[in-house]
Amino acid sequence: MGKKLLLQNIDVPGINTYEVYRKTGGYKSVEKVLEQKNPDAIVEEVKKSGLRGRGGAGFPTGMKWSFLAKPEGVARYLVCNADESEPGTFKDRYLMEKIPHLLIEGMITSSYALGANTSFIYIRGEYFYVLRILEKAIKEAYENGWLGKNIKGSGYNLDLYVQVGAGAYICGEETALLESLEGKRGNPRIKPPFPAVAGLYGCPTVVNNVETIAAVVPIVNDGGDAYAAVGVERSTGTKLISASGHINKPGVYEIEMGVPVEEFIYSDEYCGGIKNGKKLKAVVAGGSSVPILPADLILKTAAGNPRLMTYESLADGGFATGTMLGSGGFIVMDETTSIVKNLWNFSRFYHHESCGQCSPCREGTGWMEKILHKILHGHGTIKDIDLLWDIQSKIEGKTICPLGDAAAWPVASAIRHFRKEFEEYVNNPESIQDVKHYFNVHNVAEA
Amino acid sequence: MKNIEFSEETLKTIREIINRYPEGKHKSALIPILHIAQSEFEGWLSPEAMSYVAEILNIEPVEVFEVASFYSMFNLKPVGKCVIEVCHTSSCWLMGAEDVINHIGKRLGIKPGQTTSDGLFTLKTVECLGSCGTAPMLMVGADFYENLTLEKVDTLIDACKSSGKSSSYLVDKMLG
Repeated sequence: MGKKLLLQNIDVPGINTYEVYRKTGGYKSVEKVLEQKNPDAIVEEVKKSGLRGRGGAGFPTGMKWSFLAKPEGVARYLVCNADESEPGTFKDRYLMEKIPHLLIEGMITSSYALGANTSFIYIRGEYFYVLRILEKAIKEAYENGWLGKNIKGSGYNLDLYVQVGAGAYICGEETALLESLEGKRGNPRIKPPFPAVAGLYGCPTVVNNVETIAAVVPIVNDGGDAYAAVGVERSTGTKLISASGHINKPGVYEIEMGVPVEEFIYSDEYCGGIKNGKKLKAVVAGGSSVPILPADLILKTAAGNPRLMTYESLADGGFATGTMLGSGGFIVMDETTSIVKNLWNFSRFYHHESCGQCSPCREGTGWMEKILHKILHGHGTIKDIDLLWDIQSKIEGKTICPLGDAAAWPVASAIRHFRKEFEEYVNNPESIQDVKHYFNVHNVAEA
Repeated sequence: MKNIEFSEETLKTIREIINRYPEGKHKSALIPILHIAQSEFEGWLSPEAMSYVAEILNIEPVEVFEVASFYSMFNLKPVGKCVIEVCHTSSCWLMGAEDVINHIGKRLGIKPGQTTSDGLFTLKTVECLGSCGTAPMLMVGADFYENLTLEKVDTLIDACKSSGKSSSYLVDKMLG
């Protein structure tokens, strides 16, 4: 068993309640920082830990914190990104549902480090039942003096609220999230200014993912060095991986950074191998946005080294032969999976979720979906495959936010590694068995 | 059509929500209030309901519409009593979401986006709900139904029919 820093007590009965959480050492990090009264020291520990943003971008958290502007007399905000919408990712939901006080403890400790007196957890609207769990836990934290005015006699005040979204993938992008929190459409903002300077209500703001904020708790308790001692190179600590698709044991796993991908897929400690004894075909390792890799390249790098579950190893080879750790949404596909069909599903998703602000993304995602639909239904040409490649290359890097890249990368990687399969759909459409048109139902009431 | 007016108790909750935000930033309460409105006013946001919310927040009705039309959870057309939302993205897709959608569609005689003529069911397809490890899944109200089989889907539809289960869940839960 690898070392666990977040989920070590997840199986303790009643860990979702305040009493049990407190008994297992909960809220110690808050006691520690309130006693030490040195917010900057916390930022230093987080820097030392090497913790990187767990939402997908992997930006060093301590550095993000140190960018926070601190003008006199201006409020600062900490906003937790619990919008978790990256297809294949469900780790934050698991953490919030099973051990909500860990997130709340992390929010208090982090808010103190940043000097925020009001903090928000922005949760996607579809996680409504989780919102109720968080609200109950926050109420318990208020009742026990961990939130509110003059926390534990320290003179520090903090109010924590949960803000609900309403169904928009784009609101996981931090500036879109802030727009949504201000009661607007979730259109990403042009940067700069970065949120660290002008974020929520124009005030300096840090936006961090749920898992990132939870990781601050063990960092404060045991020190940044102890956290950095876990993991490999610049991938320090542990990572929550959401494993799904054609595997025997789907679920959320806390892994020490550096576990070999092969072990993660086939060991009974993790995914337990491919379902129904089938062979592995491909993996999307970090949520739907990251490049898909065929079995040989996900298990070993192009240089023949074992691929590890780290930021660096998964990215080894660049996009030509590598991918990204991303959000840790690990989607496994067996040998029966149609890459073309799966890609059409992803492209439909990005078309649906494009906010419409930038033309390359708004128009390009629609065209990619249409062309894939055409190929999928046996009407494609070889030129369509080249056109797809051309469109994705004209979206990547040409939009305000990374949704454009996220829509382009799956298309580019699928063609790069599985072009033959696209050609098969074009050249032998009659051999494709699973072409289905949605419904043929009559006598229906129009909505 | 139900009267477009919140109860005194709901208005109290709404005032509490508005008070979370700094002075002048009360528009932050818009999305939470729209959830409450949708839940209280038969599962959708009519132009009247949106104007009413605009009045409460002292903003223009078009500001409410531009937000309501952006987010997929807000219904701008009437829906059935029980809204079945089936995830059809990535892992759910790999694990058979298409069969689930087809099955429900055939069983109820509707396509995604449509409502049965008796007004009982609306079928919606939705994007990834973060239930990928327990795919395929669907949501009714705030409840997740996971690791679906076609038999489980049938049982759920039967239960919704006999109990008249309603997916308007937000208000009763928000008010505790």
